[in-house]
Amino acid sequence: MNFLPNILFAILLIAGFGYFFRNVKKLIRNIKLGKNKTINDNTSQRWKNMINIALGQSKMVRRPIAGFLHIVVYVGFIIINIEVLEIIIDGLFGTHRIGLSVLNSSVYGFLIGTFELLAVGVLISVIVFWVRRNIIKLKRFLSSEMQGWPKSDGNIILYFEVVLMCLFLIMNATDTSFQAIDSGNIISQYLVPLFNGFSESALHFIERTAWWIHIVGILIFLNYLYYSKHLHILLAFPNTYYGNLNPKGQFDNNEAVTKEVMLMMDPNADPFAAPVAGEDEEVPEKFGASDVQDLSWVNLLNAYTCTECGRCTSECPANQTGKKLSPRKIMMDTRDRLVEVGDNIDANKGEFKDDGKQLLGDYISKEELWACTSCNACVEACPVSIDPLSIIMEMRRYLVMEQSAAPVELNNMMTNIENNGAPWPYNQMDRLNWKDE
Amino acid sequence: MSDSLQVPTMAEFMAQGKQPEVVFWVGCAGSFDDRAKKITKAFVKLLNKAKVEFAVLGTEESCTGDPAKRSGNEFLFQMQAVTNIEVLNAYEVKKIVTACPHCFNTIKNEYPGLGGTYEVMHHTQFLKTLLEDGRLTIEGGKFKGKRITFHDPCYLGRANNVYEAPRDLIKKLEAELVEMKNCRRNGLCCGAGGAQMFKEPEKGDKDVNVMRTEEALEAKPEIIAAGCPFCNTMMTDGVKAKEQEDNVEVMDIAELIANAQDL
Repeated sequence: MNFLPNILFAILLIAGFGYFFRNVKKLIRNIKLGKNKTINDNTSQRWKNMINIALGQSKMVRRPIAGFLHIVVYVGFIIINIEVLEIIIDGLFGTHRIGLSVLNSSVYGFLIGTFELLAVGVLISVIVFWVRRNIIKLKRFLSSEMQGWPKSDGNIILYFEVVLMCLFLIMNATDTSFQAIDSGNIISQYLVPLFNGFSESALHFIERTAWWIHIVGILIFLNYLYYSKHLHILLAFPNTYYGNLNPKGQFDNNEAVTKEVMLMMDPNADPFAAPVAGEDEEVPEKFGASDVQDLSWVNLLNAYTCTECGRCTSECPANQTGKKLSPRKIMMDTRDRLVEVGDNIDANKGEFKDDGKQLLGDYISKEELWACTSCNACVEACPVSIDPLSIIMEMRRYLVMEQSAAPVELNNMMTNIENNGAPWPYNQMDRLNWKDE
Repeated sequence: MSDSLQVPTMAEFMAQGKQPEVVFWVGCAGSFDDRAKKITKAFVKLLNKAKVEFAVLGTEESCTGDPAKRSGNEFLFQMQAVTNIEVLNAYEVKKIVTACPHCFNTIKNEYPGLGGTYEVMHHTQFLKTLLEDGRLTIEGGKFKGKRITFHDPCYLGRANNVYEAPRDLIKKLEAELVEMKNCRRNGLCCGAGGAQMFKEPEKGDKDVNVMRTEEALEAKPEIIAAGCPFCNTMMTDGVKAKEQEDNVEVMDIAELIANAQDL
């Protein structure tokens, strides 16, 4: 019977990680629904970006208050997880604070002391974050796309953090043998008086309970990630690695179009050529994107990485002037539709069944797409190298090249370019007239 | 005055069997828009003054395709691009300077993938090299001590990380360079990019150019300097909307320098 807790712990651990990895597989499958795009250039620059932007949080601190608080939570989160290692070993082998038998008590005390300090730092930061979201009501957390689930999602994560940090401190405070060493209990020693008058066994019970809820809480948190905006703690790393390295103004040249254009310009091309017998006539690729499968896998990775902080939207000139466009919503819509498509595939034995919906129209409206000035402010603002602009452009391409659905003024502009080589109705032969005016 | 402008074409150079030092890509706005034509002429005056052997394509130039591409018409963009590249390559053009950040971005970044690789400079970068090489000198004179703020064009700044060349030129005028609240990589768009120049804005509570002009006016400038013909139009309209046209002028960097020289 003595092994019961260990077995229970092992089962919990396997179930927790098992379910998490099952969802990770789904996540990867969904991202791969996107169009293929080979990225294997400039490996060293990509690693550098990942280290600077994701690990080093270089773009987070451009907004100093949120940036600083975020770093506290982030450092706390990573470092306190070292403690989880001890918890897992203790849980599996029935030991208690295995660290103490491996390290000498001052080193162990230093480690736990650091964790305790960080835990308080995280608690304070998380409370400030909550106040920013719920009391101060920062504009970027109030947009229409932030109502309902996205708002709760943001708060749930904060509550998680508060509970986990409190449990960690309570666990230490009620651990009489740990308090007896009096090393590393920098914070928890001040919590001890709260438990004055509790019997030894009551303290032990509280300590064990806190310990168990703490690890179960971590496993739940791990599994919550897949369903929340909080995936960025994992995906920020690949996302910054695969982030765009070209100048931001460089939009890709659609290869399918290049093929057609080159054929049109080729004086030797035979306009009456029939397809070679036996060869299937090639169906031209769809131009642009109307649904998530038409976007590249990087676009889809971007969508899963977005943590809905809204820096993009708050920098967007269209959004600031009251237009419908919100780059954050573009990312959220893309993810929501991708999840919907993924669930559809799961429900239909691995095969996508047309559900009569698509990203364009059902999620993202034309009005949003046409409000974009392509100024790249959203791309510049994103702390984890997400590119909402490339999704907007792909969808404009679909609207114009597949549906001829550009606003009428733009159609006039394009007709002018076609006929006169300028967006205005001037004659190309008058191009040098300015010289003599 | 325009009699004194020397504007040779690429065809003339070709006829003489010569290559110019650089091709000046005038752009559609620079060729046809009344306001932008003044910028074109100011830049040409500076090129003439610095004795730069440049050429224009003249009637052989055509839209780079930028507004088509940003609208999503990749076909039209690539048709324009491939046609322009054929002309440029036939003339064996190596180096291009343009006063339009949209032409600059498109030719520099998007033409190479379609067979057109050139060294491309924005006119502020080119003017800066002329100064550094001592081919052009600037004396503050007229603009000494004037408050000038620079509006970063998106397609020069964020799109291509060119922030300092235009500012260095303003400083050379001994003017007082004042920055707006949002500048450089945080610069707010004028509202014209992404082909917005050619259509009415979507429904909202304000126009982007008015908001940007308000930011500019907060810096209390005497002159708003621009480096893009479209930004120039948008900011000029913004200044009019705020009824400040008697107090604040919108000028291109090339115009500032040409005016300082009384050209």
